Amino acid sequence: MANVPQPTSAFQVALHAMSLPQAWRKLGPAPVVAAIMLILIVLAVILAPLYVPHNPMSMDSANRLQPSGGDFWIGTDAYGRDLFSRVVTGGQVSLLIGIGAAVTSVILGLLIGLVAGFFRWADGIIMRIMDSLMAIPAILLAIALVSLVGPSVMSVIVAITIPEVPRVVRLVRSVVLSAREEPYIEAALALGSSMPKILWQHLMPNTIAPLIVQGTYICASAILIEAILSFLGAGVSTEIPTWGNIMAEGRDYFRVNPGLIFWPGLMLSLCILSINLLGDTARDVLDPRLKKRES
Amino acid sequence: MLGYIFRRIIAIIPVMVIVAVFVFLLLRLTPGDPAAILAGDNATPEQLERIRNRLGLADPLHIQFINWIDQLLRGDLGTSLISGTDVSAMIGSRIWPTINIGVMTIIISVLLAVPMGVLAAWRHRSWVDYLVMTFSVLGFSIPVFVIGYIFIQIFSIELRALPIQGYRAPSEDFIGFLQRAILPSLTLATIYVALIARMTRASMLEVLGEDYIRTARAKCVRENLVLFRHALRNASVPIMTIIGTGFALLISGVVVTESVFNIPGIGRLTVDAILARDYPVIQAMILLTAGIYVLVNLIIDISYTLIDPRIRY
Repeated sequence: MANVPQPTSAFQVALHAMSLPQAWRKLGPAPVVAAIMLILIVLAVILAPLYVPHNPMSMDSANRLQPSGGDFWIGTDAYGRDLFSRVVTGGQVSLLIGIGAAVTSVILGLLIGLVAGFFRWADGIIMRIMDSLMAIPAILLAIALVSLVGPSVMSVIVAITIPEVPRVVRLVRSVVLSAREEPYIEAALALGSSMPKILWQHLMPNTIAPLIVQGTYICASAILIEAILSFLGAGVSTEIPTWGNIMAEGRDYFRVNPGLIFWPGLMLSLCILSINLLGDTARDVLDPRLKKRES
Repeated sequence: MLGYIFRRIIAIIPVMVIVAVFVFLLLRLTPGDPAAILAGDNATPEQLERIRNRLGLADPLHIQFINWIDQLLRGDLGTSLISGTDVSAMIGSRIWPTINIGVMTIIISVLLAVPMGVLAAWRHRSWVDYLVMTFSVLGFSIPVFVIGYIFIQIFSIELRALPIQGYRAPSEDFIGFLQRAILPSLTLATIYVALIARMTRASMLEVLGEDYIRTARAKCVRENLVLFRHALRNASVPIMTIIGTGFALLISGVVVTESVFNIPGIGRLTVDAILARDYPVIQAMILLTAGIYVLVNLIIDISYTLIDPRIRY
């Protein structure tokens, strides 16, 4: 084990703590600004219950569709609920769905991809199934799944995960296909290591760096798809505020108060923007080859 | 070449069969009974039973599947549970708005994105490059429908330059069609432009570093010829590939854009069918979109040989 080349070195290098000014000098301003923005958004969202001025759920028919200013910083929605409180609270479920979908698709994709990449007999069947899943438009598949299974945070995560898995599988498989030809795998085979051990200890570490990059992109796209699902009426129950739900409800009152779509849209876009920028940076740092391959 | 095309067409069959099985199982194994939807809330059990028998839902799953495939192969997509009309007729009457806006989107996207990408690569690390890259990252980060509403707010509400929503057939009123189709097409194009511009830039950057580009410049070939004839042609394969895979984004975008702009296309038809659990329509639409996606990518794969003679199959 000791003399096996360590393919994770780039990853370990990247994990070495860098101070912010150091990172700025090395990577430029974009990732630093993105990291700060993302941290602020996540803190604002998680700590929302501690500081929101109004209960995000409490309806008040006397204050329907108030303009911004005064007691309600950015106005109220059609039920008289405070928009600011709803937007920051709504981020909780949106972020949960983003992270949940990213983690589940990476884990599922990793397991299936390892098998497809290493066992020739499984490769053909698995990849045909993955090709078929990729041919179905992600949004259609997701709305169909949610509306058939029933709206809940769990079913939205599953609905976003299933169309994402094939992309992860393809990535893991391609990494494994090139790594399995390396001498250290041959050596491990010759030494009589068991299959699961080779897969997990020798091949899996190669996939960590690209998977971190892919995971950030999936997280961003999951938050976006959640919004689209809610917007089309196939998302989480409308009683739970999410960025998508707030915008979906704001559709009908868009001309009275454009802020109903603008503010949650802005929060969501800033969040996705910072995750994407961090993903781009992670890709450049972790694997320069990847940049060439897919940028 | 012909052999390759033939093999690729044969390879479509298993993919489409798996899509069909998947869609079929998805609709049958999830809770929800189409007979109950059809019968309404106050149907007696006998009525339900009769409807179930008429729809063939009482048969075992594999018989249902074989019947459905048999129907499909004879070109019969079934009838809608909700409206009772023929599904192929429904698709036929709703597909033109989608095709017209889709074609307009692709034209706009390619015309905007390719020059943007070429320019960004040509002036690498200049303000043009940063502007294009910023646009491209933003394009990925804003939900399609938010872009749509921003366009409506600016062009239709503030400037009052364009109608807010709706659709006109180009054969009846071409100017009216353009007025109503331009905002949806631009909305749809945003993410597509972001994707293609990014790929064009990356691919061009690689090619512009090649020796033959230096040679071309050394013998004083005009710079725009260097860029568009020498470089772009050699950079075009990855660009074509991304146009093909991005087609899935376009299909997803159509669904959303049609709801924002109230366009009676197949995207809205599908969403309405899914929300109403109109099983035959859902099955037909998912198969149709998957088929279009596979076909577009097949055509693109084959067209590589036309653009790049180095590629032989």
